[in-house]
Amino acid sequence: MMPLVRLTGLSVAFDGAPALRGIDLSVAKGEAVGLVGESGCGKSVTWLAALGLLPPKARITGSVMLDGQELIGAPAPVLERVRGGRIAMIFQDPSSSLNPVHRIGKQIMEALGLHRGMTGSNARAEAKRLLDLVGIPDAARRLDAYPHELSGGQNQRVMIAIALAGQPELLVADEPTTALDVTIQAQILELLQSIRRQMGMALVLISHDLGVIAEACERVAVMYAGRIVEEAPVAQLFDAAAHPYTQGLIGALPPMDGPRRRLAAIPGGVPEPWAMPPGCGFAPRCQFRSAPCDAAIPGLMGLSDQHRAACIRVAPAAMPLERIPA
Amino acid sequence: MKAGGALLEAEGLVRRYAMRRGLLGRAVEVRAVDGVSLKLERGRTLGLVGESGCGKSTTGRLVLGMETPDAGRVSFDGAVMPQPGSAAWRAMRARMQMVFQDPLGALDRRLPIATQVGEPIEIHGIGARSERAARVETLLRAVGLRPDQGARYPHELSGGQRQRAVLARALATDPALLVCDEPISALDVSIQAQVMNLLVDLQEQFGTAMLFVSHDLRAVRQVSHRVAVMYLGRIVEEGEPDGVLHEPAHPYSRALVSAIPHPGRAGQRIVLQGDPPNPADRPSGCAFHPRCPVATSLCARETPALKARPDGRLVACHVAHGEVSAGQGHARQEAA
Repeated sequence: MMPLVRLTGLSVAFDGAPALRGIDLSVAKGEAVGLVGESGCGKSVTWLAALGLLPPKARITGSVMLDGQELIGAPAPVLERVRGGRIAMIFQDPSSSLNPVHRIGKQIMEALGLHRGMTGSNARAEAKRLLDLVGIPDAARRLDAYPHELSGGQNQRVMIAIALAGQPELLVADEPTTALDVTIQAQILELLQSIRRQMGMALVLISHDLGVIAEACERVAVMYAGRIVEEAPVAQLFDAAAHPYTQGLIGALPPMDGPRRRLAAIPGGVPEPWAMPPGCGFAPRCQFRSAPCDAAIPGLMGLSDQHRAACIRVAPAAMPLERIPA
Repeated sequence: MKAGGALLEAEGLVRRYAMRRGLLGRAVEVRAVDGVSLKLERGRTLGLVGESGCGKSTTGRLVLGMETPDAGRVSFDGAVMPQPGSAAWRAMRARMQMVFQDPLGALDRRLPIATQVGEPIEIHGIGARSERAARVETLLRAVGLRPDQGARYPHELSGGQRQRAVLARALATDPALLVCDEPISALDVSIQAQVMNLLVDLQEQFGTAMLFVSHDLRAVRQVSHRVAVMYLGRIVEEGEPDGVLHEPAHPYSRALVSAIPHPGRAGQRIVLQGDPPNPADRPSGCAFHPRCPVATSLCARETPALKARPDGRLVACHVAHGEVSAGQGHARQEAA
């Protein structure tokens, strides 16, 4: 089956410093993919680059194919139809994404006008339906509310309603729950799931939180220093993480039960983009580092049909993986 | 220093703010903290957990005297806390320090790290002048920084290193109590683990008691000996971290625990309806009742007291204490 979106060798550099160093990732129709990693690993830049939302000084190479259409270097009118129409994006902080001086109804209707040519009472009725869909009580009256009159969780629902206005085939949600309280985070995750089921929409969920990804996604890609270091179905990643960085991320999560022991923290910090290690980006922090790690950047190798990892210790289907005590 | 015994005791702390709605609106009273009592033993950690606006940070500032309570009292090391701002209070503040969420905001960008770590030693006149440089070096090593990193400025360090520097500075006066307000929430996951490990190590090494304020129950379990769950200015449940996490007694704690995302979670999540409440518009009776799945009409009328169950767990819930059988939820009566 042809994927909905396929990124191939996507790279981005700012002022000569690489932010993204060759991303290969595809998203099938209706699929939920998680992108996880720490700040600066390039998980947000990947999708900003794919949608042409980076400032002009960013140097972008590689390819982003949407249903057979190349988006990198595409003319503005093409991108404008894609953005919000076929691929919508929501961000971490809803209050800074909404215009504070316009009523939320107007902001939803603006998107409806742009992407579906709806105006007047038609648009208003559809805006109300969308607010109902994202679970805002008393939707008809709320259309006339301003963003500051709603809570953070409700504003994020409004952002989701605006994103859905163009009936996108893919929703890219960039840390959509990070600014919200945990009980509200649970509400938003549940909402994203139910909308995805109802509309058959694909979802890319960008998060630093493996737990959030595990609950909302089928497949997950782990990013480190501008590259994907491991990719697997969610359950497989947690049961048999192959890359030392993924193992480290899982080990760094405080357990919910069992005796309290020291967390397996990953030493050091992420490399700066202008001082990338020559080989594997994770090598300086890796407990299994050896000379070949610094010789060349390891590529993604298949462990099984759907499980790939970029580590020289991973021999394709040869040795059984030793489990690192997390 | 004697081990065990209460180091910090707070009783019935209340902190109100006046908030004006709109330009000409009438001032509304907001009770950020509404009768919080807590006790912290020497060398132990109490986790204070809750969502934004529940008053956990204000409680942290109240116990340090950084804010004056409108009612209630704080005693530290067996003595009532002196008037904030007085010389006696300043002397006592050397023994209790604060660590904030955002290390870059807590550090002075124009001063090298070592100078900032040495500042409290100078201000409180601790030790001989000649020994101060050596003391700074010891502190930097204790938090896992190299002494040569003391010459760096905050922007030259990573987020995790900055939080280590903040910890070194907080430990400079050898405090008996550290109040850590969301010390890890601005950090990346792998760095959070480093800082949590460090907090546990430092406690072991220096015997420092900690009040660990966080919204993250997993982190609280990792570092705390006891945990108190706050909702809208009150403690609604308090007990051993494992007990609260595995068998939460208060319906709000149950929802909070079930909201923790983690891989392979079994069972249905309790998704709370509604938004976190507005402290300026506090519901009657139990403040949680409009969102509570088991609320009854009693819950809407009477505020439950924080009482011990037979097993020692403190809970403030009519249903958990069996004073009333579980209801079906009780919608809030709109004030007409």
